[in-house]
Amino acid sequence: MTPIVEARGLTKRFGNVEALAGLDLVAASGHVTALLGPNGAGKTTFISAVATLLRLDSGELRVAGIDVASEPQRVRRIVGLAGQFASVEPAMTGRENLEFVGRLYGLDRREARLAATAVLNRIGLTEDADRLVRTYSGGMRRRLDLGASLVGRPHLLLLDEPTSGLDPRSRIELWEAIRNLVADGTDVLLTTQYLEEADQLARDVVIIDRGRVIAEGTPDELKDRAGRDVIEVRPHAAGDLPAVEDIFSSVATETPRCDLDTSRVSVAADGGADQLTVVVRLLDERGIAVDDVGLRRPSLDEVFLTLTGRGVAPTAADQGDPTADAA
Amino acid sequence: MTTITTTAADTATALAPGGSGAGFLTATGQTARRTMLQFLRTPQLLLMPPILGALFLFIFRYIFGGAISTGTDVDYVDFLVSGFLVQTVLWTAMNIPAGVAEDASSGVYDRLRSLPIPRAAVMAGRSLADTSLNAWAITVTALLGVAVGFRTHADPVSIVVAFALILAAIYAFTWVFISLGLVAGNAQAAQAMATLVVVPPTFVSNAFVPIDSMPGWLQDFAANQPVSVIINAVRSLMLGGTDAAGVGHSTAYWVVLSLAWCTGIVAVFSGLAVARFARTR
Repeated sequence: MTPIVEARGLTKRFGNVEALAGLDLVAASGHVTALLGPNGAGKTTFISAVATLLRLDSGELRVAGIDVASEPQRVRRIVGLAGQFASVEPAMTGRENLEFVGRLYGLDRREARLAATAVLNRIGLTEDADRLVRTYSGGMRRRLDLGASLVGRPHLLLLDEPTSGLDPRSRIELWEAIRNLVADGTDVLLTTQYLEEADQLARDVVIIDRGRVIAEGTPDELKDRAGRDVIEVRPHAAGDLPAVEDIFSSVATETPRCDLDTSRVSVAADGGADQLTVVVRLLDERGIAVDDVGLRRPSLDEVFLTLTGRGVAPTAADQGDPTADAA
Repeated sequence: MTTITTTAADTATALAPGGSGAGFLTATGQTARRTMLQFLRTPQLLLMPPILGALFLFIFRYIFGGAISTGTDVDYVDFLVSGFLVQTVLWTAMNIPAGVAEDASSGVYDRLRSLPIPRAAVMAGRSLADTSLNAWAITVTALLGVAVGFRTHADPVSIVVAFALILAAIYAFTWVFISLGLVAGNAQAAQAMATLVVVPPTFVSNAFVPIDSMPGWLQDFAANQPVSVIINAVRSLMLGGTDAAGVGHSTAYWVVLSLAWCTGIVAVFSGLAVARFARTR
């Protein structure tokens, strides 16, 4: 079966910034592929290229076998794009927004109305369909935006950070909507900074950094590549975090990581269960009360850290994604 | 670079989805309708231009007007309103760049570019909606002009031609400001740039004062820039001839010259706007 997206050696510079530096990627048809990477990694640039929005400096890009450079208009008929912003019109109702996009896909008035009704139903906005979008919550707007990219019944749905800035409940609702789509046979290529999102939605995860693919596979395969399991402890009192770190330092060869937000300390364990036993005994000796202690598979965050030497969490220095401004 | 060998062309055809893409007219109509709805359902967008126009009109009619001499037999209110209508075109169009920049930066234009439609249609739709909004503001301003004492004795045909010319000017300047919105980057920058583009040609013109009251070095620009040329045409048409308007040449001369300016502006700036919008980065 033809891959839905095939990219070979894509490069793209914006001034001094090398947004894509020889990106190779093949996304198989039939499931969700997630592009994972920090701000400025080239995710949005790649999505824009697939959506025919930018000219590549070099390389070859095909969508369902169609060359993007030579036949962009054919590609536009089969992709649906939902960008980083909810690009719906606040002064129109949800239904009007969808009918608008439907008409632009070439549907006549009646077809557009039917398509809008079907999509509203699917994204759970039927009851709010006739309210102006300016009265919608952020989560509802993003769902409508997702809906707008579906009206043309795309074969490939491009979602650029679909849940960034959403509260947890809205995020889960949007995930649900995306899963339903895939069940109906739409291919999805999404970008995310959230490892959990890639883990939740995608069968294939492609990790990109500085315009290149640095790893790809299923979430499990990638976790295997990071190798060792992780010992994690959540002390009852946050004041005990440094003491736990001390214990980890004395037991493991790696430097422990301390997450103050979730009050957890973790470290890669080479010795597996034996090491865990030692940790538990030391905790007991020092009288540190714990809420949780355990041995777990590495998270994708740790995978990313292993592969790139830095975390995925966006930092101030990483905020300069050139395509984010231009988009 | 590896060449991808594939038999996918057939697969792609088999996959052909419902929508083949809207034609130029449908796409223009749909995008025009979207922007129109934006205006109609956002009272401040609809009402601010005429309110601002009224404010300016009152200031010049009742505050500065008494101190300004037209240098002819024409009453200042007749001189003012005939020119005021033309310069109001620019003040109203000044809101366009912020709206365009907003659409560009909010991802709306990215979505529209990713759809199977002629890209020029998006700009054509935008220009129609902006022209309609401006025509509405000019209509209100014209009625206010009558309310503050403007009277014309010109024949109905001249009046109709005058308003047709104003409509042509609206359409032409709309493209200037759409282009500005596309290059500005963001709404705030767009607003600032628009102000810079509007102020010189509206004030350094014959809209409020006769040009011969200005210092010599300003007169060449003031007399020959398009806003003054169009005002000469509209004023001559509305006041009954070039003598009444206090300008040389014939009314027909100014009308033709105005149309030439409008055509030139549309040619340059619609080309610029469409090229800029359709550009793949």
